[in-house]
Amino acid sequence: MKQTDRRDFLKLAGMAGVTFTAGLFPGREAAAQAGGDFHFVQFSDTHWGYKGAANPDAEHTLEKAIVTVNGLAKQPDFIVFTGDLTHTTDDPKERRNRMKRVKEIIGELKVKDVRFMPGEHDASLDKGEAYKEIFGDTHYTFDHKGVHFIALDNVSDPGAKLGDEQLAWLAADLKKHKPDDRIVVLTHRPLFDLQPSWDWATADGAKAIDLLMPYQNVVVFYGHIHQENNHMTGHIAHHAAKSLVFPQATPGPDAPPRRPPPPPYDASQKNLGTRDISMAKAVTFVELPVTKA
Amino acid sequence: MKRRYFIALLVAGSAAGGVARLEAATTREVEVIAEKFDYTPDMIKAKVGQPLTFVLTSVDRIHGFKMPDFGVRTDIVPGVDTRVTITPTKVGKFAYFCDVFCGDGHEEMAGTLVVEA
Ligand SMILES: [Cu+2]
Repeated sequence: MKQTDRRDFLKLAGMAGVTFTAGLFPGREAAAQAGGDFHFVQFSDTHWGYKGAANPDAEHTLEKAIVTVNGLAKQPDFIVFTGDLTHTTDDPKERRNRMKRVKEIIGELKVKDVRFMPGEHDASLDKGEAYKEIFGDTHYTFDHKGVHFIALDNVSDPGAKLGDEQLAWLAADLKKHKPDDRIVVLTHRPLFDLQPSWDWATADGAKAIDLLMPYQNVVVFYGHIHQENNHMTGHIAHHAAKSLVFPQATPGPDAPPRRPPPPPYDASQKNLGTRDISMAKAVTFVELPVTKA
Repeated sequence: MKRRYFIALLVAGSAAGGVARLEAATTREVEVIAEKFDYTPDMIKAKVGQPLTFVLTSVDRIHGFKMPDFGVRTDIVPGVDTRVTITPTKVGKFAYFCDVFCGDGHEEMAGTLVVEA
């Protein structure tokens, strides 16, 4: 998204009551002093265990990103990982080893409040069994300083479904909330049809969006597509994060029917990174590079 | 057998119909084999207006078969012939892909349907 497009988008989102601005650190610090405001960091798609040409540095990229986040002047209240912690493997033992190792590396974060979500690479081959052993629930809620967070699992079902049970759970949770409550949804795959022919969708994601629609202040942060993407479904904003392994091809109406392979490795790693999200009167976020320049 | 009977009926019922009409109404079948992490073939040609039935089999595990442009999807279960029929209405290239996560290579499990006039 070009900067001007982005501003237009941010304006559009602002009309819905939740304002997105291209946040800068000074702005965020001012907001934080007002009290009650906070920020958190989103990591996504670390794909621990990946070996390949798309990122010959895959073994170190996560560690570098952790150093960068540990170096933030103002540490986030908590950190979320929106799935694909590990790269998939058919071997259940190796799957667990990768999960244990990535958890150990993540333990290097200064911030100890870390919330995990699975991606299809973690959970789709065993319906989340190994993931649950090592990281816990695949969907849950938590509240932080007046914001309600909902982590949704659209990957433990290998057909990329939330499933009726989870949708009923979501409906029951939302019923406890007022229409103007601030709600942040965290998930792995896009809940809307971003690029269906590339499998960038959630089979029953539209049902979750329908349930969220009556709520005025909903923002969705997700991963899976390994790049920034901002999209509105009605007044609900959906923001995809970069990955820490390799970027993916860009979706769009002119994109080829079959998803192209990842672009060649860029040693600057500027197409990888994490995201610092501030929750004040407005929701703002800024992309963090893997390594601070 | 059923299909042949159907075509015979059609020919009888359209004495002046000619080949073009017969072809337009005939369903063509194409066998597609799914195996981690490919479809064989991974490129299929089709014609606008001619129904096409994919006869899907898997040699190793459950895979998916999805064509969002045609609103179809199915599981492909080993040992079962799964049939999916579409009728292309416009020229173009359309993806079919596996939507049941099947391992390291799943993302590349796809093919292209090329629809010609
Ligand atoms: Cu498959």
